[in-house]
Amino acid sequence: MTVAQKEPIIQFTQVNKVYENGTVGLKDIDLTIYPGEFVVVIGLSGAGKSTLMRSVNRLHDITSGDIQIGGRSITQAKGKELLSMRREIGMIFQNFNLVKRATVLRNVLTGRVGYYPTWKMLLGMFSAADKQKAYESLQRVELADKVYARADELSGGQQQRVSIARALTQEPRIILADEPIASLDPQTTHRVMDDLKKINEELGITVLINLHSVELAKEYGSRIVGIRAGHKVFDGPVASADDETIAAIYSGADTEKVGA
Amino acid sequence: MELSETHKLPARTHTGAWRRWVAGGLLVAVVLWAFTGMPALAIKPNAQRIGGAIIAGIFHPDWSYVYTGDGEDLVSTLLQTVAIAFAGTFISAIVSLPFAFWAARGKHKFWLVSRSGKFLLTAIRTFPEIVLALMFIKAVGPSAFAGVLAVGFHSVGMLAKLFSEAIENLDNGAGEAVTAAGGTHLDTTMLATIPQLLPEFVSNTLYRFELAIRSASILGIVGAGGVGTPLIFAISSRAWSRVGIILLGIVIMVTLVDFISGTVRKRLV
Amino acid sequence: MEMSEHTQPRPTPPAAPQLPKKPFAWERLAVTVLMIGGLVWSGVETQVNVGQFVANFGQFTQILAEMCRPDWSYVSYVVAPLIETIKMAVIGTAIGAGIAFPYAFLVSRNVVTNRFVTGLFRFILNIIRTIPDLLLAALFVAVVGIGPVAGIITLAIFTFGMVGKLFFEAVETIDEGPIEALRAAGANQWEIVRYAVVPQVMGFFVSYTLYAFEINVRASTVLGYVGAGGIGVFLQQNLGQFRYDRVSLMVLVIFAVVLVIDYVSSKTREALL
Repeated sequence: MTVAQKEPIIQFTQVNKVYENGTVGLKDIDLTIYPGEFVVVIGLSGAGKSTLMRSVNRLHDITSGDIQIGGRSITQAKGKELLSMRREIGMIFQNFNLVKRATVLRNVLTGRVGYYPTWKMLLGMFSAADKQKAYESLQRVELADKVYARADELSGGQQQRVSIARALTQEPRIILADEPIASLDPQTTHRVMDDLKKINEELGITVLINLHSVELAKEYGSRIVGIRAGHKVFDGPVASADDETIAAIYSGADTEKVGA
Repeated sequence: MELSETHKLPARTHTGAWRRWVAGGLLVAVVLWAFTGMPALAIKPNAQRIGGAIIAGIFHPDWSYVYTGDGEDLVSTLLQTVAIAFAGTFISAIVSLPFAFWAARGKHKFWLVSRSGKFLLTAIRTFPEIVLALMFIKAVGPSAFAGVLAVGFHSVGMLAKLFSEAIENLDNGAGEAVTAAGGTHLDTTMLATIPQLLPEFVSNTLYRFELAIRSASILGIVGAGGVGTPLIFAISSRAWSRVGIILLGIVIMVTLVDFISGTVRKRLV
Repeated sequence: MEMSEHTQPRPTPPAAPQLPKKPFAWERLAVTVLMIGGLVWSGVETQVNVGQFVANFGQFTQILAEMCRPDWSYVSYVVAPLIETIKMAVIGTAIGAGIAFPYAFLVSRNVVTNRFVTGLFRFILNIIRTIPDLLLAALFVAVVGIGPVAGIITLAIFTFGMVGKLFFEAVETIDEGPIEALRAAGANQWEIVRYAVVPQVMGFFVSYTLYAFEINVRASTVLGYVGAGGIGVFLQQNLGQFRYDRVSLMVLVIFAVVLVIDYVSSKTREALL
């Protein structure tokens, strides 16, 4: 499906993360992701999946090591550079993280925040072109008719698709999805996953997602990364992740196995 | 209670019950103590007559006072009361904002910061509005403006506390989303924090307005404007039918304000 | 505004329709106009004069400066009226809550089914709740004379209004199951209240009464201002004589008492529940 190109889009080099209370979040992570991949991170709750996600766009700072986005180190980036790197990385959250009392349009426009100077945001000045862009993103997730509805009038699945539209409006090269379906019922789950897959295939946006469900990981992913207690214990194409490997990721047999 | 071996009803277990008895007994003792040494539980001999006169006055209100056009009538002073409450609450809502962020937990690395903010707000709340009104009268003269300042100052103590609680309870997911999209700290405040807090703030402010209406209608007792001034004059000159109409006016005004504000608050949440 | 900088290909969906116009938000406009209008009107009506306030701010800071040096020697004069204030609050709360208890059942629709009765008594309760406490105090001073009795009556009525409202709302939201069960067992209205309603709401009653007591302690400190007994009498005297050092001492003492009372009250609540 995806031909691995030469230039990696995300590159972790010896990344460690230790929290202030001493908990180890990530341990010696090396991970290389190429443009257009659909990478699913699996592992137990608390294994460090979320930490991995959040270190990509530096919502969490790492303790040591380096993370590069498109060849530029986000770990070293400061001030404006960090902000401009972040706007190339869309993010989708477990709890949608919408402003519930604002309109859908306003929420989707939020994705453009990185393209404006702060004083314009103080006045809420979004350009007509960006509003149109936001509307087009909503069409992509088939929620155009809800554009002026308040976010809290929508169902959970619809809210998550609004947050996908928000990430799309950002025109990112990467989308991070942190447990995007954990708060949803099975039917809406597929809807959301289909949208993400479509975005990955049609727009070529790289998707890094963490999931609880192994079935969904196999159904949608092109590659699986297994995390256990902060360590990367598996990394390989979906096809190479057999039941035994999966069981090892979730249980704790200490067989480090890195697939082809 | 557990079932015992025979068919006899087991005695009630008393663990914990004694605490209630002690607390209850103390409560009764405190009430009894309060009655001791109350020096003058005596009532003025003509109380019954005056009471009767007031009730008669309430049922025969002085309708002519409702509107005279000289600015001292009931409608004018009631409107002034509403204005005092409105202006005072509005000003305090704005002044409260920085105090609320100061006092909100979790915004600062040092707990002392929010603790000191909370302490200051409690201290402000302790100042009775009447005392504040007299202090402001000293500064700006006996006027409705002094009433506005008194209501406004006192309200800061309560509103900033309510606001800071709203800030503490804020779910900051939306803010995280703005940060992830490349927003600055200020962007996060404008696009996520404020839109989420605003309805809560408006609701708290309206609630405070309901209380301010009651305060504003008594501040006139010390000369800080509003309907309190004619009321205290009417009481001291024993014009009971005028007291009656003023009471009626206050009841109607407060009921109306409560109703309108309550309706808006219900729609907000 | 410059557009995207990177060269990510982004095919637009075919024939993207234009963003429809936003429906006009009448409600928001109305609220904004009302707010601004209200602010302007209230500012004019109360003759808000910021310039005057700023000009005379020196006066105010002078008062504050005097307040920063409380007259500690005055403490001994304050103790007796302070105790009287607390006694007033205790008696007023006890009487008010005592009346509110049966009254709340009278206005609860799940206890008294007659809509006329509940409606009438609710109306009375609501009217009582609209009257500010100092106003009641001024009236009762006129009736019974200067002294703590007027304060006690005021606090009793104030407590009645507050506890009555909170308590009947608690009564109305109780679990209906036990009521049905007793009714099915042939209990009359009194037995239902005694065995199905009261046990469910007693905790609320205690809690609300203690809450009312906390508020009454605060309120009772100013009632003396209109002659209704307690420390407020002294507050009025010293304010009249511009003895701000004594005023600030009294505010400090009141503050301390309020803190202690709040603490004791919350401990009592824990012990009783």
